[in-house]
Amino acid sequence: MASELGLKAKDFKTDQEVRWCPGCGDYAILAAVQGFMPELGIPREDIVFISGIGCSSRFPYYMNTYGMHSIHGRAPAIATGLSTSRPDLKVFVVTGDGDALSIGGNHLIHALRRNVNLTILLFNNRIYGLTKGQYSPTSEQGKITKSTPMGSLDFPFNPVSLALGAEATFVGRTLDSDRKHLTTVLRAATEHRGTSLVEIYQNCNIFNDGAFDLIKDSDTKGEWIIPLEHGSEVRFGADNSKAVVRDPGNGALSVAEDVAPGDPRVVIHDAHSADPSYAFAISRLSQVDSRLSAMGVFRDVSRPSYDDLMNDQLDAARVKAEASNGTDDAALQSLIYGADSWTIQ
Amino acid sequence: MSTEVQQLDRVVIRIAGDSGDGMQLTGDRFTQETANFGNDLSTQPNFPAEIRAPAGTLAGVSSFQLHFADHDILTPGDRPDVLVAMNPAALKANLQDLPKGATIIVDTRDFTERALARIGWSANPITDGTLENFTVHALDLTQLTLDALADTELSRKDAGRSKNMYALGLLSWMYSRPTEGTLKFLREKFAKNPDIAEANITAFKAGWNYGETTEAFGVSYQVKPAVLPPGEYRNIAGNLALSYGLIAGARRAKLPLFLGAYPITPASDILHELSKHKRFGVATFQAEDEIAGIGAALGAAFGGALGVTTSSGPGIALKAETIGLAVSLELPLVVVDVQRGGPSTGLPTKTEQSDLLQAMFGRNGEAPVPIVAPQSPSDCFDAAIEAVRIATVYKTPVILLSDGYIANGSEPWKLPVVSELPDLTVEFLTEPNGTGAEDGVFLPYLRDPETLARPWAVPGTAGLEHRIGGIEKADRTGNISYDPDNHDFMVRTRAAKVAGITVPDLVVDDADDDAKVLVLGWGSTYGPIGAAVRRVRRTGTSIAQAHLRHLNPFPANLGEVLAHYERVVIPEMNLGQLALLIRGRYLTDVVSVTQVRGMPFRAAELADMLQGVISNGE
Repeated sequence: MASELGLKAKDFKTDQEVRWCPGCGDYAILAAVQGFMPELGIPREDIVFISGIGCSSRFPYYMNTYGMHSIHGRAPAIATGLSTSRPDLKVFVVTGDGDALSIGGNHLIHALRRNVNLTILLFNNRIYGLTKGQYSPTSEQGKITKSTPMGSLDFPFNPVSLALGAEATFVGRTLDSDRKHLTTVLRAATEHRGTSLVEIYQNCNIFNDGAFDLIKDSDTKGEWIIPLEHGSEVRFGADNSKAVVRDPGNGALSVAEDVAPGDPRVVIHDAHSADPSYAFAISRLSQVDSRLSAMGVFRDVSRPSYDDLMNDQLDAARVKAEASNGTDDAALQSLIYGADSWTIQ
Repeated sequence: MSTEVQQLDRVVIRIAGDSGDGMQLTGDRFTQETANFGNDLSTQPNFPAEIRAPAGTLAGVSSFQLHFADHDILTPGDRPDVLVAMNPAALKANLQDLPKGATIIVDTRDFTERALARIGWSANPITDGTLENFTVHALDLTQLTLDALADTELSRKDAGRSKNMYALGLLSWMYSRPTEGTLKFLREKFAKNPDIAEANITAFKAGWNYGETTEAFGVSYQVKPAVLPPGEYRNIAGNLALSYGLIAGARRAKLPLFLGAYPITPASDILHELSKHKRFGVATFQAEDEIAGIGAALGAAFGGALGVTTSSGPGIALKAETIGLAVSLELPLVVVDVQRGGPSTGLPTKTEQSDLLQAMFGRNGEAPVPIVAPQSPSDCFDAAIEAVRIATVYKTPVILLSDGYIANGSEPWKLPVVSELPDLTVEFLTEPNGTGAEDGVFLPYLRDPETLARPWAVPGTAGLEHRIGGIEKADRTGNISYDPDNHDFMVRTRAAKVAGITVPDLVVDDADDDAKVLVLGWGSTYGPIGAAVRRVRRTGTSIAQAHLRHLNPFPANLGEVLAHYERVVIPEMNLGQLALLIRGRYLTDVVSVTQVRGMPFRAAELADMLQGVISNGE
């Protein structure tokens, strides 16, 4: 689809050869993002992609926008400086499960808590790819990898739960191979002002092939994907007979089978709930059965973004000063003089 | 009664007490009065890392030293002529620094057996002869303050807190200081609490009157104003001057300033100060850690701001990888390192110059970074502007190496005129820079042939969309390149860019051009070295002095200067880091003089050492 600016997907391609492994899920994500970009209606020069280190972090080289391939884990910090000092830009962060959740975990949670105006695309393949196959902070416990011949001991992060724990204002999850769903979630994420985090399940066909087959295979995905749509009942499975239900006694969420139409226990998805507990509870359903994956927008609430708050303070200080002690060279001179200067003749 | 008035040419006073006693405030006020009076001066606060160590302990002693004179001076003074000790611990902690004949004013209030035993004194030093080499004024300052405030409604505890102002009043009388400034200051500081303001003023005046009317002090002193170059002056500490320099540098570059920082002693003052000046377009971001601080600054630099990060040695270690990225991206960035004692946490509130090699080499790969070092508190202003110049002209991170001594110390500053500061106007690239067959193409790594700097093209500029990163880039295009020859070329080009930075020649102070020994310093040793050189010259001995502001690259004439002298002495507050660089670069067998006591060199000791080197050469 062409935008008002007349941009097409190919305008967002660069002349650089894409160097991911053949069959990598990253290709599909790149194509979806390039295809979606014209919809944004934002000129290429006002878009910036910042990444860290890892396979996914090569992404900016393939986007014909401004971009920076930075250092391991630090993309959210770098993007925070760019976004707050240039609120006119649309800043994306591209990161992976190792980059965002291991070495860069600290920056990620602080960007989310501050609500910096960033769209973070977290490619989760549950493995270290670029370093050739060690377990990652999202790998399942007991995983046999190069660095864990007897099985990994680490208990994994659920990135959506982590983001909700940091009170992220927008959290979504989608899948590399489902272009339509990916684009829908991406659209909602980019429209959000503040930090939006989109976890994208991405297949690493070299080191962790098939990690998401259950939710990709048309025979099984209906049983394991819990689709989230704001305002709709959370139902799935054959004939929508399964549903997420709320225990009327303690409010806990669980998956029930053979749920009749009109059952009052069925949860109506509310992405706008001010309290992140509901979305968190949805995200924890995967802990009960790791094959289950809620997909879609978990949370989308409005809270002033850090960039806007900072620029409000800068504006307020300038406006106040223009009416009093000034902002020009004379004002700086006066600041330098201070209150206790003296003259030597 | 009449008191004798003696003329002095210089005095060193140290005020010491518990860290909660207001010693720094008292010192600041005495300094301001002294500045207003027109003396030249230099100050040095000294305080523990603990915020409030237990009262009455040696660990909790905080002090403030002021040196003032009727002539220009370079240091806060080696040893105090006068010590004001507010408790036994303050006396004990500072006694070893006093020369014979020094004056001690001591508050006797807490000289109880128990308090003395707590700090390891079995007898009262005031009466047991310990102080026989000194002139001692033993007063119950606390009781005198309470008596002066007996008519107020204040509790004894609150009234007792004004004893620092009582001491300040007494000192102000002793040294004939003006008082209006302090009275005004107290009224403003405690404007919301007039009772406290009045109590402090009453205590201050009572202290003055005690000196004036009792016979306890037979003599008061005058130190005439110093003859300094005409102009407007103020007293300034290094961190404040550095903050103003960053604001002025950004303004002269016509860039918004973005500071990303994480609190750390002794650099936090700069974060505090810059956060007050949003009206000048100064954005401050208190990051989640040191790495995020510099990361955000670098992100802001990519967007066209003057990115700045401020820290101390441990924080600079954490920032190393991002500094390396900035070297590779070739974006302007100012990295301020206010050095403190190391390694590790080291001595957070004490000074050292031991981050020179970290600044020079503390990154992976060949990652050259220019280094600028201020030499005194007020010089932090000019050094900051110089760092901004180098960063913006050469599109490079620059490390500004201050230290705790000049960060917290203060001196009079002849004020600059903002509009006369160097014009650092930055021009962003707005059009593709390719020519010929590459017409209309943007080449992010096409360099300025003179500076070797690449263009600064910021997001928002149509037609200049480009990607940069930490992977080696092809010359000119900036695309990823693993080509061996390209990497060799790019490494050498980045090195050549930094080596080619224009810096002023080193100026040598060798009045008669007959010295055989050169003393070479850098950074905050300027004051102590200068004072030591004066001492040497007063004995009729020639000695040359030169001081490096640029540590990378060195001034072009440095090799020639070194070759001109028979011996070169390098005093440093580390184990010989500049000496190592000089030996490696110029093969000059310098005499390395080192000290890492957390304190600046004493001028007298340095002078003796220099005399020794000169005599050995004969």
